[in-house]
Amino acid sequence: MLFTLWTAWISFTPSTLMPENGFVGFKNYASVMATRNFSVAYTNVVVFGFCFVALTTIMGLLLAILLDQRVRGESVLRTIFLYPMAVSFVVTGTIWSWLLNPGFGIQQLVRDLGWTEFRFDWLIDRDRAIYTLVIAAAWQASGFAMALFLAGLRSVDPEIVKAAQIDGAGPARIYRRVVLPSMGPIFIAVMVILLQNAIKTFDLVRALTGGGPGIATNLPATVVYDLMFQRGQLGRGSAAAVLMLLTLAIILIPYALYQRFRRTRA
Amino acid sequence: MSATLNKGPRASAMWSRIAIYVVILVFAAFFLAPLAVTILTSVRSNTEMAQRSLIGWPQHLDLSNFAVAWGSFCIAEHCTGIAPYMYNSAVMAIPATILSTLLGAMAGYAIALWRFRGDNIMFGLVVLGVFLPEQMRLIPWTVVLRDTGLANSLAGLIMIHTIQGVSFTTLFCRNYYLSIPQDLMKAARIDGAGFYRIFWRIVLPLSPPILIVTVIWQFTGIWNEFLFGVIFTSGTQQPITAALVALGSGGQNVHAYNVAAAAVLIGAFPPLLVYFLGGKYFVRGLTQGAIK
Repeated sequence: MLFTLWTAWISFTPSTLMPENGFVGFKNYASVMATRNFSVAYTNVVVFGFCFVALTTIMGLLLAILLDQRVRGESVLRTIFLYPMAVSFVVTGTIWSWLLNPGFGIQQLVRDLGWTEFRFDWLIDRDRAIYTLVIAAAWQASGFAMALFLAGLRSVDPEIVKAAQIDGAGPARIYRRVVLPSMGPIFIAVMVILLQNAIKTFDLVRALTGGGPGIATNLPATVVYDLMFQRGQLGRGSAAAVLMLLTLAIILIPYALYQRFRRTRA
Repeated sequence: MSATLNKGPRASAMWSRIAIYVVILVFAAFFLAPLAVTILTSVRSNTEMAQRSLIGWPQHLDLSNFAVAWGSFCIAEHCTGIAPYMYNSAVMAIPATILSTLLGAMAGYAIALWRFRGDNIMFGLVVLGVFLPEQMRLIPWTVVLRDTGLANSLAGLIMIHTIQGVSFTTLFCRNYYLSIPQDLMKAARIDGAGFYRIFWRIVLPLSPPILIVTVIWQFTGIWNEFLFGVIFTSGTQQPITAALVALGSGGQNVHAYNVAAAAVLIGAFPPLLVYFLGGKYFVRGLTQGAIK
């Protein structure tokens, strides 16, 4: 907490290589926000955040519903879907950077199989590289969403489901009308957690795209790193860190208020 | 909410069962494919790598990649393999896990079971610590490490991970200790037991379920951590995650993907082992950490 205030203070000083005293007001903020790197990173975080949260939530929910159909070997399947959570972002990013590399990854594999015109070169495509981060991140986090959704599905009151069945509702209808609406709080929790992870994403970018091609896949966290430790701009780096914190606050403060609201009503 | 699909005519029920299994297997393949490709790549020989795409069935089993990755592979300018980095990660993660868990258990115990002035504010600050991005703490840590002489040392990383980890461990333990009845505390205090005595004699013996969750969570988290490792250490002092990134972007080894794959597998092995052995507790940590 103290550290946070310290960084906030540095963001108002003219610090470059070393923390310095002095006060420059919002000058650091203005100069950070004026850079192209910053606008690219914040456009990216919106695209990445939206796609990653949507894809992960849908895959997690689908997996949870499928596993909820009394399938054989559920515990083995759960282990398979969830193991990526035990793997670091660094390992995830490294492995996906091989798979997605057009020179010898999936593209080359499909070409070797005979479709010589096949193209899957998002990793080196300026406009599409950001979606490779979505794929790798969703691969890693879907099992986590599944675990939370599955716990939610299992806690739905069986009496309500039975009542709906007696009324003649089919399984699809029961899910849509009875089960899923009662899981609202879980949906919100899953999406908030995923979204804050999306905003904090750093390791994955470093390992998968390195921020490239060019600066095409920079995210807020890589901008902070870049300013603080590559360019020796501590004041500006701190300003970028504070902006990142504010972005998180936009998500987390309403969520905290919502949680409090629910608790006081219960 | 199970077994809702057993209605309707039997044939359509059977087809929907088949459809469910097909979709599940497709997903399972998607989740397993990256691991499978990495394992297959790690046992292929150099000549094979040069001829074909990365993804493919090995012609001959070549286990020497693991030995090279472990002992003689070059990362940046150090040709030591990943062994020293694995050692660094172990030396960093094990003490930091133990220390942060113990401190968190103490703090959680104090907050949950000893009402004191400002305990709610304390707890609020702890929870805040979980949410604040690491980026806010990088410069202060740099200054602290410099002033304590721990810059570029494993001791510095142990200190950072211990202190950073206390937020999470306190949160986990506090939530768990809330379920310990206050009557038990009162009885112990009437018998004359103090803060530490109650902790060692009553609270700690009740704690194994939460301590396992906390230890697993901390160990995997610290082992997999990258940002602090890459910023606060350099060269052969770095943990394995930083070494793997350096290796992925490294110059002369660009084509030795088989060795790199072996290195990645070795580096990912400890947390995966923990996951496969303690999966139940791992998942419990995930969901608890999530609900916060």
